Amino acid sequence: MKNPLHQKDIISIADLSRSDLELILDTAAELKASPRPDLLAGKVIASCFFEASTRTRLSFETAVQRLGGTLIGFSDSSNTSAKKGETLSDTVKIISSYTDAFIMRHPQEGAARLASEFSGVPVINGGDGSNQHPTQTLLDLFSIKECQGKLDNLKITFVGDLKYGRTVHSLTQALSLFGAEFTFIAPDALYMPDYILEELDEKGIRYQRGESIESVASESDIIYMTRVQKERFDETEYKHIASNYILGLDSLTNAKANLKVLHPLPRVDEIQVEVDSTDFAYYFQQAENGVYARQALLALLLNEKV
Amino acid sequence: MTNKLQVEAICQGTVIDHIPAGQGVKILERLHLLDSDVSITVGFNLPSKAQGRKDIIKVSDLKFTEQEANQLALFAQGATINVIEEYDVVEKFSMAVPETLKGAFSCPNSNCITHNEPVSSFFHLKEKEDDIRLKCHYCEKSFSKNIVAEI
Repeated sequence: MKNPLHQKDIISIADLSRSDLELILDTAAELKASPRPDLLAGKVIASCFFEASTRTRLSFETAVQRLGGTLIGFSDSSNTSAKKGETLSDTVKIISSYTDAFIMRHPQEGAARLASEFSGVPVINGGDGSNQHPTQTLLDLFSIKECQGKLDNLKITFVGDLKYGRTVHSLTQALSLFGAEFTFIAPDALYMPDYILEELDEKGIRYQRGESIESVASESDIIYMTRVQKERFDETEYKHIASNYILGLDSLTNAKANLKVLHPLPRVDEIQVEVDSTDFAYYFQQAENGVYARQALLALLLNEKV
Repeated sequence: MTNKLQVEAICQGTVIDHIPAGQGVKILERLHLLDSDVSITVGFNLPSKAQGRKDIIKVSDLKFTEQEANQLALFAQGATINVIEEYDVVEKFSMAVPETLKGAFSCPNSNCITHNEPVSSFFHLKEKEDDIRLKCHYCEKSFSKNIVAEI
């Protein structure tokens, strides 16, 4: 029987069921343990970044090459026909006719969904404006499962910019399928948007607002850090609030033994460097896991059986 | 006083009845009815057994397009449309909120891809308390019907 993700588009995390997610994570674990350089042999993959990106693009491209596939594409749109005024739909129609899958990032929301309507091959959304970034969520879930040994019934604390962070929104939506309990720590201006909280209410998911990282560390399995961006505040206000959203060794004095700290990176100073060498730090493994999660996705989309 | 005396019957056209009181003017504006040369008879704030007060709009010689009917469904929930021929109601239906809406409004998110590409806007609709929420199929942002209609 062919796998349910074969030839599917991956646009939004909400399109994936719990069993789809589990299949991707199990496949990622298998590929991490035993590399399979045959799975994309003979396949040409388009990697089209209409907006620049470092980690996402490089880890996608590494994933393709580790599976034996080859790549065409561009890392920004400055030298492409998009600059000449070609519509995205025309660009997608043409490039998808050359390739077996179409990986894309675009600065406008909805670009990936639109592309999937014009592409003859599976489209993978590598980020569409402020909307979705489903493969980040996959690597986050994979990392959480890897470091905790399970995904069900975990206590997850999100810290920092919870308003604008699409990573945080998608991950809470996905973790809702696994009965997670959430704590949110953020300044008022960057607190979780109402529409996400309403979704959690509808699903009966428990969540609360936390005061400080230190106060929740003894009860959290995961602390997911994000950056509070300076430019969202005036300087005095920023100085006043930023320290509440910085994680250092002193925040972790009473931490649970199994606690791991994650961060989508890049970090600036919201996780102090001294944390890197502790057993709590898991953000670099998380970034590495991006390759395995993306390998799993590509392998499942382009092979009936993996 | 009966309703029959309040608004004169029309020979041919469409009667939008049971419009929530106060929405009648908005519907005239939204459907650009005053810009056309059709005859329009209106009644505002009329007594209604079911609603207390209601608005009614009678438009001669006009049949609504699907998009116009969709807009009505959004702004006059519960209204009934009567298609009139030779003073008789030949068709009557209640406006229900559709599950999806294509092309009727553009997406309020200025960074939504639909503004730059050859596709129609497409929303998924959900009734919520006193509002209808429209979620863009493409950018996945949700908006109140009032925000969508302002654009």
